Amino acid sequence: MPDWTPPTPVNLVDLGFMDSRSKLIDLAAFLDRVQKAGQDGDFRVQALKNALTLLSQDKPQRAKDVLLSFSDPSTEPIAKATMQGAIGAFKA
Amino acid sequence: MNYIEPHGHMVSRTTDDYERMALAGCQAICEPAFWAGFDRASADGFYDYFRQITEYEPKRAAKFGIKHFSWLCINPKEAEDTKLAEEVIALIPQFIDKPGVLGIGEIGLNKNSRNELAIFERHLQVAQDYDQLVLIHTPHLEDKLKGTRLIVEALKNFPKIKPERVIIDHVEEHTIDHVLDHGFWAGITLYPESKCTPNRAIDMLEHRHAERIWMNSACDWGVSDPLAVPKTMQAMRHRGWTPEMIQRVAWDNPKAFMGQCEKFTL
Repeated sequence: MPDWTPPTPVNLVDLGFMDSRSKLIDLAAFLDRVQKAGQDGDFRVQALKNALTLLSQDKPQRAKDVLLSFSDPSTEPIAKATMQGAIGAFKA
Repeated sequence: MNYIEPHGHMVSRTTDDYERMALAGCQAICEPAFWAGFDRASADGFYDYFRQITEYEPKRAAKFGIKHFSWLCINPKEAEDTKLAEEVIALIPQFIDKPGVLGIGEIGLNKNSRNELAIFERHLQVAQDYDQLVLIHTPHLEDKLKGTRLIVEALKNFPKIKPERVIIDHVEEHTIDHVLDHGFWAGITLYPESKCTPNRAIDMLEHRHAERIWMNSACDWGVSDPLAVPKTMQAMRHRGWTPEMIQRVAWDNPKAFMGQCEKFTL
């Protein structure tokens, strides 16, 4: 394969700020909504809150760490698949 | 700019989608065998499905100037029923020499069960016996990390299958390094909610300098976008990518991987 040519630098904040702002407010509104409904004890909501703490770290690997926080950490195959879908957050 | 859609489930898409993809520059579509949204009752259902993806879809694609290729297997969602899986695997040899068949896929894991793993290894044995390329599906969401690790470990038991002839698909930020560092190709899937957005895909491509990576839409019967690849190519332009580097990801890379099968001609 030929050598890697890095992209020409562009203003990534210009490109992505409004979209990220919108998604963050949507997440905030979701947390408000489930709390008002008394559903914030759901393990998926707790998983979201745990993942939010990872956003304030300094290393530029927040997406990876958020994905890891949602993941099944075990290493052995399960005995049998009892469902076909996935939930989005691991429940111990 | 021309591109290759290396992973699309066109049996689930309308003919309008073929037309839109052709207008966007798609020259070839590759269709792995997968789950139909429901469990099929018998191997007969798979026999007809294999006929559909090896005989009918290439004709439908050709009407729009698109080449169509396919991969064969029983997908991991239906692999918990090992008797059915063995019956389907037994069908593969009679289709393997069809003109557009590129290899075995998309095999892999779904819930990371013992039966899924056993059937995954049965498929790898077929791929090894018939010297086929391998396309691997990794599990969704919380199951992806564990499944990817199990898949990489299982592949080590098949030393005759060279890593450069295997693509492990649906990688995300927490699995891409593990896949590429073991010498395999990696697929990034541009799929709403459950997989990857264009900007995240571009982040990963930049992180790994676009080497041994393709991107695909995996468009199927779910909420998905058959134009996800050209839309991501547009996002690459906005992010300062040169036309040559966009072409590498959208054309050269999938061509290099699938070109290892002599039947892949454009």
